[in-house]
Amino acid sequence: MKTISLTIDGKKVTASEGEKVLWAALDNGIYIPNLCALRDASESPAACCLCFVEVEGKSQPVTACTERVEQGMVVNTRSPGALRLARTALELLLASNVVDCAHCPANGSCELQKIAHHLGVKLKTRRFRKLLRELPVDSSSPVFIYDPNKCVLCGRCVWVCRERLGIGVLGFAHRGFERLVTTFADEPIAESRCRECGECVVACPTGALTFKEQ
Amino acid sequence: MIEEQAKVKQQTRRILNRFGRKRENLIPILQKVQGKLGYFPREAMLEIAEFLDMPEIDVYSVVTFYNQFRLIPPGKHSVRVCLGTACHMKGGYIALDAWKRRLDIDRGQTTLDREFDLETVACVGCCVMAPVTVVDDKPQAKVEPTKVDGILLSFKLEKERQGEESR
Ligand code: FES
Ligand code: FES
Repeated sequence: MKTISLTIDGKKVTASEGEKVLWAALDNGIYIPNLCALRDASESPAACCLCFVEVEGKSQPVTACTERVEQGMVVNTRSPGALRLARTALELLLASNVVDCAHCPANGSCELQKIAHHLGVKLKTRRFRKLLRELPVDSSSPVFIYDPNKCVLCGRCVWVCRERLGIGVLGFAHRGFERLVTTFADEPIAESRCRECGECVVACPTGALTFKEQ
Repeated sequence: MIEEQAKVKQQTRRILNRFGRKRENLIPILQKVQGKLGYFPREAMLEIAEFLDMPEIDVYSVVTFYNQFRLIPPGKHSVRVCLGTACHMKGGYIALDAWKRRLDIDRGQTTLDREFDLETVACVGCCVMAPVTVVDDKPQAKVEPTKVDGILLSFKLEKERQGEESR
């Protein structure tokens, strides 16, 4: 495949043609916050709105996970406009998420902590009113625990379960604020077709899916 | 129970036979199946998923996304409380609370005697009558808690009258 060159944050980098800006940046050691994009997925759902960057010549910030690299492109991942959008997206996520790092198995490996640090947002941000869903935790699986209250709806687990493994136990259901990653008829995981492979746990960027013993 | 399930499967399959096995047929199928069964029992959703060769969660996903689809059998009478903009401003939530309290169910549920089911809708197109509740396809105007009592009373009387006639 043809390689092209572009500039990200003043650094000259190369990427293969057709690559998304997000992966080009990450491959060159430039971090852009992201939750919903997966490298082996053909398209990103562009649902988390955390990967905003500015591209010279474009009037508005774009999502790096959907923007293709172009020869001579100039990308700025730290532009105030893009960062403002990303911060707001993160603060909205945090407003409806249980933030209890001290007691969370994902403490230290949670993407939300990393992203908050990168964007300079406090995890206990008070910008938006806290609105929790108070959903039951599912610990029926022998292998892992699913706490939907810590889910950011990125869809990584859904994608892995269905596209990579061809199982398709997990999916999205319900609408609006009630939207949720769940199983058929909201059944406990243990009663579903789940094969307990734990790949969804590996894919989860937060503490929503965690292994029972580590 | 087993018989019931077999019947649901059979009825669903009969409808499915009229459709091609294409994903885009999902919603028309759901509409036809609900038209027949009144709601979606588990077995019906499983049949549909198998027919269209999609994960069963995808069928569930669509059923729970649209207001028109139900997971609980409907009651004999349907109560649709409007929470559209006008009705919202004019106390739609007060009407909803009154219905909830009088029927002793939440929205999306059916009373134990299967007489009433309760749902909300977003604007039924007669905002001047706000707050509106559509009871059995008939829009009721300016629904206040006392009006809720009145509507329920008339159903009760109607039922008693029918009971007497059939005796
Ligand atoms: S990673 Fe780009 S929108 Fe989620
Ligand atoms: S808002 Fe209720 S009828 Fe229009």
